[in-house]
Amino acid sequence: MRFELTTDQQDFAGSLEALLAAADTVAVARAWAAGDHAPGLRLWQRLADQGVTALLVPEDADGMGATPVELAVAFEALGRHAVPGPWVEAAAYLATELSGEARAAVAAGRVVTVAVPPHTPYALDADAAEIVYLAGSDGVRTASAGEPRTSVDRTRRLFPVTPGPVHDTADRAQEAFDLAVLATSAQLLGAGERVLADAVTYVKQRKQFGREIGSYQAIKHKLADVRIALDFARPLVSGAALDPTPRAVSAAKVACSDAAYLASRTGLQVHGAIGYTEEFDLSIWITRIRALVTAWGTPAFHRARILETLRSA
Amino acid sequence: MDLHLSESESAFQAEAWAWLAANVPAEPLPSLDTPDGFRLHQEWEARLAAARWSVVSWPAAYHGRDASLVEWVVFEEEYYRAGAPLRVSQNGIFLLAPIIFEHGTPEQQDRFLPTMATGERIWAQCWSEPEAGSDLASLRSTARRDDARGGWVLNGQKIWCSRAALAHWGFGLFRSDPEAQKHAGLTYFLFPLDADGVTVRPIAQLDGEAGFAEVFFDDVFVPDADVLGAPGDGWRVAMSTAGNERGLSLRSPGRFTAAADRLLALYDERPDPRVADRVVDAWLKAEAYRLYTWGTVTRLREGGDIGAAGSVNKVWWSELDVALHETALDLLGADAELASAWLDGYTFSLSGPIYAGTNEIQRNIIAERILGLPREPKGAQR
Ligand SMILES: Cc1cc2nc3c(=O)[nH]c(=O)nc-3n(C[C@H](O)[C@H](O)[C@H](O)COP(=O)(O)OP(=O)(O)OC[C@H]3O[C@@H](n4cnc5c(N)ncnc54)[C@H](O)[C@@H]3O)c2cc1C
Repeated sequence: MRFELTTDQQDFAGSLEALLAAADTVAVARAWAAGDHAPGLRLWQRLADQGVTALLVPEDADGMGATPVELAVAFEALGRHAVPGPWVEAAAYLATELSGEARAAVAAGRVVTVAVPPHTPYALDADAAEIVYLAGSDGVRTASAGEPRTSVDRTRRLFPVTPGPVHDTADRAQEAFDLAVLATSAQLLGAGERVLADAVTYVKQRKQFGREIGSYQAIKHKLADVRIALDFARPLVSGAALDPTPRAVSAAKVACSDAAYLASRTGLQVHGAIGYTEEFDLSIWITRIRALVTAWGTPAFHRARILETLRSA
Repeated sequence: MDLHLSESESAFQAEAWAWLAANVPAEPLPSLDTPDGFRLHQEWEARLAAARWSVVSWPAAYHGRDASLVEWVVFEEEYYRAGAPLRVSQNGIFLLAPIIFEHGTPEQQDRFLPTMATGERIWAQCWSEPEAGSDLASLRSTARRDDARGGWVLNGQKIWCSRAALAHWGFGLFRSDPEAQKHAGLTYFLFPLDADGVTVRPIAQLDGEAGFAEVFFDDVFVPDADVLGAPGDGWRVAMSTAGNERGLSLRSPGRFTAAADRLLALYDERPDPRVADRVVDAWLKAEAYRLYTWGTVTRLREGGDIGAAGSVNKVWWSELDVALHETALDLLGADAELASAWLDGYTFSLSGPIYAGTNEIQRNIIAERILGLPREPKGAQR
């Protein structure tokens, strides 16, 4: 029993962290939102070179053969740095559900995306992807994208899709969905941690009534509650990564959604009006979190799924 | 990263479960805050001790099994899963024993630990005073040096001492140096609650039972042999238990996972879709707590300490406990007001955010020690 990342896993987290911290991901996200995909696609390739798109692909299929624990580690870092792009769709969902060459292409870093109705009805960032897929009960098809819909998160462009021919039937849709849920949870956790860290930095500097606002208990207790929520969401992500059952990943998604959403609401509140501006970088995380709370299954869906598994146990 | 028990840990788990399954009383014992219930709980402690399950992490010389931290948590999980009785000896074994092991003399260890393990002597924690609640260090009860008799003379009043109405001995802090700064000049004493000059007045709690008491000290003599740690060092000694109380030891996850299981069973009996999400949240938060505890165990085993994370833990379990029981009462509908185990659990859960340091104080600790936010300015705190 050792419920902590191994040294190798910590090193992997550290190397992603270093890469992303040096990559000006805020500028990347802003460019992506403005329709300029070039910096984001370059970052995609660099992360693919680190193996992020190949984690769930077995070694004999030219992947990393890593476990969902590494997937969670990677997505926490992507969330912390608000990296844009169809990461969950490619590195979690399609890396599991596709097979053969299509899967090897995902591992190698080809940018792909997928719509998985009913929970993920639109294909994220189809305009930046080389291939757009649609997953249904009869397997995965290639698809063509329609006119984009506007997301609360300007870095997410959502496309309705029209199905093409059946492309692949790896028959691992359930597993792929659950790993996408896990990856989304980890991303929320990273985003929540980032908002908390930025909020703490801010309240230590900002003075009103002659003292740092962080010395007021009303502010302290709100931020303490965020710390508590994130601290107890994290073990659910780790537990789900060790054994990604539907119940475990749903639990992680509910807890991470609640904790990250609390972080975003609190982070906004303690920043005052500046937090409400688009120009201020916090806005990227606040809108990202709001989008991810409902992506890959709403909290209500996941709570219902948990109850079902508990009652049939 | 893994959650596997080793072969020997699994064997330990199986042995614990087998014993508990065969020995846990079929009928719940009466409340340990009634004289009969107290005696029956003491008998249960004696039975646990005879089979060496009362203090598994202690050395064999004191009725323990030298169990590892993992085994200890495993035992707690099985204990609550088996629906075993509350521990009447918990103040002693969880709050006092760790400091007797750390700060007590070998003579004190030999004198106090065995009867604690067997439940023969039940301890009460006498820390709070009418004027010293959250601001514990402002306590006023005094200890005056008596060189002639080789000891100290205690005067003053303690309050809210759990189990003191029926317990045998108490442990608490007294001001031994009136000149010293607030946190200095406190000394940690152990004393019999039937000593000359001690008066115990039971106080009924919300449920009508005398779960705690006030204790008056009128020239109570305590020999040097019953001072724990060095005179004047009481604050530091005491704080080494406060972390235990908030952290791992007092509220093992098994308590909440078992309660969440009972809540699910209740939901099956009386399904109500309007309450369903809260049933799920209770299960989910208990599960988060279970996994979080294994993370804490890992860190402790690798040389870390709980520190301020004990405050994160304390807020979590106490709020979970209230929410879980409120949810059960909502499922019970109009019957919720009728006496029941759920109602007892609910009433008890309401004290969680107050004792062991209120949740407001815990949030201050989290904000200041974990997030590094500025302390309250001096003037604001008085
Ligand atoms: C069931 C139960 C069992 C107990 N058992 C024991 C026992 O065995 N031994 C023992 O010694 N004590 C025991 N206590 C007492 C417990 O430790 C105290 O109740 C607790 O420390 C709070 O002190 P107080 O009740 O005096 O409240 P106060 O300190 O007067 O607090 C009242 C309110 O003010 C808030 N408050 C106080 N200071 C601050 C601050 N700085 N910032 C923000 N809010 C603040 C508190 O959070 C609380 O909400 C028990 C209490 C209960 C309810």
